[in-house]
Amino acid sequence: MELSFTQGRWNYERWGGFDPVPSNNAKPPGVELWAVFDVPHYQVDASWKNLTHALSGLFCASINFLESSTSYSAPQWGFHSASGNLRYGTLPREAVCTENLTPWLKLLPCRDKAGISALMDRPSIYKGFYHSQRLHLTGKGFDSDGVDSGIVLQQTLTVVLQPNEKRTPVTSLETKFQPSWSLTSIFGRKVSGSCVLAKSSTVYLQLDRDLVAELKNLQKHNEIAVAENVNYEGLRSGYGFQLSVEPDKVLEEVNGSHGTSPSLLYVFSVEKHSESEPFDLGLTWKIPVAWSCQQAPLHASRFLMGSGNERGAIAISFESTRLSEWLLHSDAIDSCELPVKIFQVVPWYIKVYYHTLQVYVDEQQQAISDVVDKIHVSPSEDKVSPGMMEMILKFPCRMKSAVATLEFDKGFLHIDEYPPDANQGFDIPSAVISYPDFYSSTQFGDDKSLEALPILAKFQENNSVVSYTEVLLVPLTTPDFSMPYNVITITCTIFALYFGSLLNVLRRRVGEEERFLKSKDAKKGGPISQFLSKLSAKLTGRPLETPQSPTSTSSSFISSKLILKVVLVAGIAIVWHFYLE
Amino acid sequence: MAETEAPRPRQRPIVRLGIFLISHSFSFSVVCCTAGVLALLLLPILAKNTYISENALMPGSANPMLSNQDVLEANRFVKDLIALNSKPRGSGIESQRLIAQYMKDLGAEVNYHKFHPQITQFHPLQFFSSPDSGTVERNISCSFHGVNTVGITRAPRGDGKEAIVLVTPYNSQKIKQAEALSLGTAYSVFSLLSRVTWLAKDIIWLVSDSQHGEYAAVSAWLRDYHIPMFTRLHTVNAETCPDINYLYDVRDNSVTGRKIYDGFKRAGTMAAALVIKVVDRSETFDDNLNIYAEASNGQMPNLDLINIVNYLAVHRQGFRVKVEKLWSLLDSKWLKNLGELFESVGQVVSSINPQWKFGIPAADYTEGIATLASSLYNQALGVPTGPHGAFRDYQVDAITLELSPRASVDKIIRQNDFLLRGGRLIEGVILSVNNLLEKFHQSFFLYLLTSPGKFVSVGVYMIAFALLVAPLPMVAASLYADAINLNSSQNNEKTVADEPGTALRSLKWVNAAKKVFVVHLWGSVVSLLPYFICQIPNRSPTVSFIIWFLLSVLSFFIMFLILASPFSHAKESQLHLREWAILKSVTMSATFIGLCLMSVINFSTAELGGLLLVPMCLMAQPMRRDIRVGSLSTLSRLAYNLVFCLIGFPPVTFVLLKGAFEGFNSINVGDFWCWVESLWAWSSATYLYIGMVHLPCWVLCIHILFHHC
Repeated sequence: MELSFTQGRWNYERWGGFDPVPSNNAKPPGVELWAVFDVPHYQVDASWKNLTHALSGLFCASINFLESSTSYSAPQWGFHSASGNLRYGTLPREAVCTENLTPWLKLLPCRDKAGISALMDRPSIYKGFYHSQRLHLTGKGFDSDGVDSGIVLQQTLTVVLQPNEKRTPVTSLETKFQPSWSLTSIFGRKVSGSCVLAKSSTVYLQLDRDLVAELKNLQKHNEIAVAENVNYEGLRSGYGFQLSVEPDKVLEEVNGSHGTSPSLLYVFSVEKHSESEPFDLGLTWKIPVAWSCQQAPLHASRFLMGSGNERGAIAISFESTRLSEWLLHSDAIDSCELPVKIFQVVPWYIKVYYHTLQVYVDEQQQAISDVVDKIHVSPSEDKVSPGMMEMILKFPCRMKSAVATLEFDKGFLHIDEYPPDANQGFDIPSAVISYPDFYSSTQFGDDKSLEALPILAKFQENNSVVSYTEVLLVPLTTPDFSMPYNVITITCTIFALYFGSLLNVLRRRVGEEERFLKSKDAKKGGPISQFLSKLSAKLTGRPLETPQSPTSTSSSFISSKLILKVVLVAGIAIVWHFYLE
Repeated sequence: MAETEAPRPRQRPIVRLGIFLISHSFSFSVVCCTAGVLALLLLPILAKNTYISENALMPGSANPMLSNQDVLEANRFVKDLIALNSKPRGSGIESQRLIAQYMKDLGAEVNYHKFHPQITQFHPLQFFSSPDSGTVERNISCSFHGVNTVGITRAPRGDGKEAIVLVTPYNSQKIKQAEALSLGTAYSVFSLLSRVTWLAKDIIWLVSDSQHGEYAAVSAWLRDYHIPMFTRLHTVNAETCPDINYLYDVRDNSVTGRKIYDGFKRAGTMAAALVIKVVDRSETFDDNLNIYAEASNGQMPNLDLINIVNYLAVHRQGFRVKVEKLWSLLDSKWLKNLGELFESVGQVVSSINPQWKFGIPAADYTEGIATLASSLYNQALGVPTGPHGAFRDYQVDAITLELSPRASVDKIIRQNDFLLRGGRLIEGVILSVNNLLEKFHQSFFLYLLTSPGKFVSVGVYMIAFALLVAPLPMVAASLYADAINLNSSQNNEKTVADEPGTALRSLKWVNAAKKVFVVHLWGSVVSLLPYFICQIPNRSPTVSFIIWFLLSVLSFFIMFLILASPFSHAKESQLHLREWAILKSVTMSATFIGLCLMSVINFSTAELGGLLLVPMCLMAQPMRRDIRVGSLSTLSRLAYNLVFCLIGFPPVTFVLLKGAFEGFNSINVGDFWCWVESLWAWSSATYLYIGMVHLPCWVLCIHILFHHC
């Protein structure tokens, strides 16, 4: 089971998309929850509901909204290669706050009182660009036969922070130094010793491959004279930057296939620091370096097309980051193919027409059968289940850009299905894009160190590169909630008119009435005029007299009389209004 | 005869009321029409003060963060931009590069957007259809393209679902001081927004290349944002146009590591858009702010957007806010008199009961009427008043803010102050829109402005129109009833058998309807004709107008010859005495339906059209009868009819209006064609209205006027 709370977007262009960190820890905004159940098939949904309620109570979040069958789906192979017992649901609009972080911290042995978690100063964490807390539970007795049945809990907090930076007027000629940082300047706290209960407490600092390469280049440039010394020794001591704490260990990535320099990992153990000598790692740059993080093979982004409240289209565009060209064998580049797995859940009120799938590669439309390798679609069912699409596309490696579009109609919701802020629009959760041929594993150094460092084992896991697309906002037709009064009035009027006329039709017998009226007309004017004359007689005190107006002029006569009376009443009202105020 | 003598069963009151109204249709129509015009004139008095209806907006609740530092940077940017003018070569490309460089230094994502302005073409079936990408012209020369520069600042903690758009149009070929200032204002805000942490929505800054018109650039960008074409041939353009290649070559040499992305960047659903323009008008008193809001077909942005801008500009930054008004109306004598009259009425009313607020000062009244007239006119025209109109086509609320500084902006201190205030205003507006959780929906969409702080909502201004239009069905019914009664009495006198009489009676109604239908058909043919005239190469507006006119007349006669034959029989029959009355009643019904339909689509058009059509329709009488009677009243009615029919003819109306506002010297026959061309270029419903409702009604009135009876 995995639960993640995220605020902000992972910037795949700037922060990379290939390393283990982004592909494991970058999550869509809001809440994402998936779980694999080891129960019989018919119990899966029930246990999912239990799980959502339990988690919702635990984390003070509205995860219980995932309970309804319209909000979760059961991917077959698109999300994880797990069996059919997987359930997946997201809440893109869930706001993440300290009230979600506190229960998460409670699960730690020392909370945020000691050890590294003491760094978790709430304001500085929530000030960052990106913040994602993750909870990963694995049942040990899940696949083995339950000899040591236990549960492994992994808690991850991923934060992207901006070092405090003094504003300097930038001229276009001057190049900026990248900001230097230290733990105190970022978090505002220091680590004083490890948590007593913790087996190990370590801080890692990884230098990206590109950064290492860039530093090496610069070093070469500057130290041509001492060219013999240019090896990793120089880097280990830190060329171009200075660390305030001497690292305990420097690990180097082991990789044969990639043609670039390996990334470096500095290991700092917190255990030897104490209250008197707090651990405060800092990094000061000495030279300006510009580098970029390693990108996923394709940069995927998703957007909406069309306007209006009737229909639209979802488009997922892929831009090649040129990674695949050097990652894959360069000799076979013409024939090679790049598989991309797309998993997308769409709420039912976005009625996607899956047959309108169109794929453009390099601005040429492709036949679906050429591009789509495997597809599994479960269409949405109104108010029952969301639509889900799992698809593997095969793009040529040479491709520069590709777009897949799907058209949809916007549905109508029942009045009580609208959320409180319906006018904002409705979210389509992020699509999950994964690249089955690429693995985000990083092998670090010698094997014997691995036992002591669990995070390296995590890095070495062969997970395929995953990225999430943006959440989309679809404006739907919304009724005017601010005017229930108008609705009530108009409904009542319509009902009154309807029932009134219906009663009239049912009650009246026209022929008989006409006969009755004729006989009456001979004597008196009619029911209304009679009533009016009675009224006037009462008002004036004169005895009742039968009006003898001829029927041909009666209409205008009575109307003028009526108008006279209306004017009289209006006059009385005005006078009343005046003298009583 | 015995049955008719018997007392009729009494009808229900509503029916009796109807009969009463029909029988008094003349006085009723006079009262209603006067009341309608009076209600229209009363609108400035009935206008309410604007208020901010959405609580989430909270304008001005935060202190502006825009500092002098930002302004200094913006100043440097302005200077660099203007310095480009002195450079000899390729100023357009240079300026876009410079802007992109500045945006990139702020940490924004930058991309260029190349576009070809769409050539306006008349597509008869494209009215009311959603804007589509259309067919891209294949043979576009390289000189005829523009390059927009787009910078996007991602909200640091937002989820990127929504975006706010800033637009600054500028002419990339020759950058004027004022345009550079508008870019500087936007830059100062953008540089602030790239640092702040409170953003919840992404900010898109579109620097639109207005060398082919401000609107074209913005609408091209919006089209590519919303309805992209995936099969477009980028490469062909890039190969043939050296300029664009240059743009992308230089990109790679840039110092700051990140490249400029050559695709199309997007950022979520747009919440609102602000178009910022600075004009150098050298105001004497104060810094001015003009708000333009009318989009195509009289659509308006949500009133809250205007309210925020107005509130912040007046109460925080000390701008003088203005809405466009018809200046010629300000000096008119009769309006002043009317205003004074209303003022004195208001005084009388308030002396009776001080709680009754009625009446405003006469000067305010004239201003209100002038603004109202301009508001009505712009809405009725259906042509957007600025680049913000392009956003409305995609249901995005947008307005144009036209800032004009007080003195000339050469003095550096003045310029700094101006930049600071303009920037703070825009910052405040963006902050408010950023606060908004939902899209704009709380306030009015249907309103007329009488001043920046006053508005007339739909519930009030509908009354004027309803009063104006109400006599039409009444008079139509009464005319029809009279004609039928007359006929039946004739029939009775002549003791003709009942059977043919009723048959002819119904037939006559059908004949009149047929005639009206044919004329309306002709109207639609006339409105389709420009499509064919446009195919003629090398035509001047005058020639096209004359061709159009001649073709219309020709088609009218053809239609008359083909379709007039069936109802010529009816004329020959004996029952033609009151035929014109039935024709008039059918015409009125058709006009009524047309006006009511139009009021749903574009209220202002219907209102102005109603002012022209309703008196014309009501008064139309055969000329011969009037001459035959020859009394003073009938002759005056005849003169009135002739005048109204002359005014009602669309070209004449146009010439008169144009003459009234711009003087009669510059009027050319071709102007009308140009005007009509602009109408259908903007796919304005007013064009359809003129072709399908106004012109047929006018023809029918003329027909009634010259009817032989």
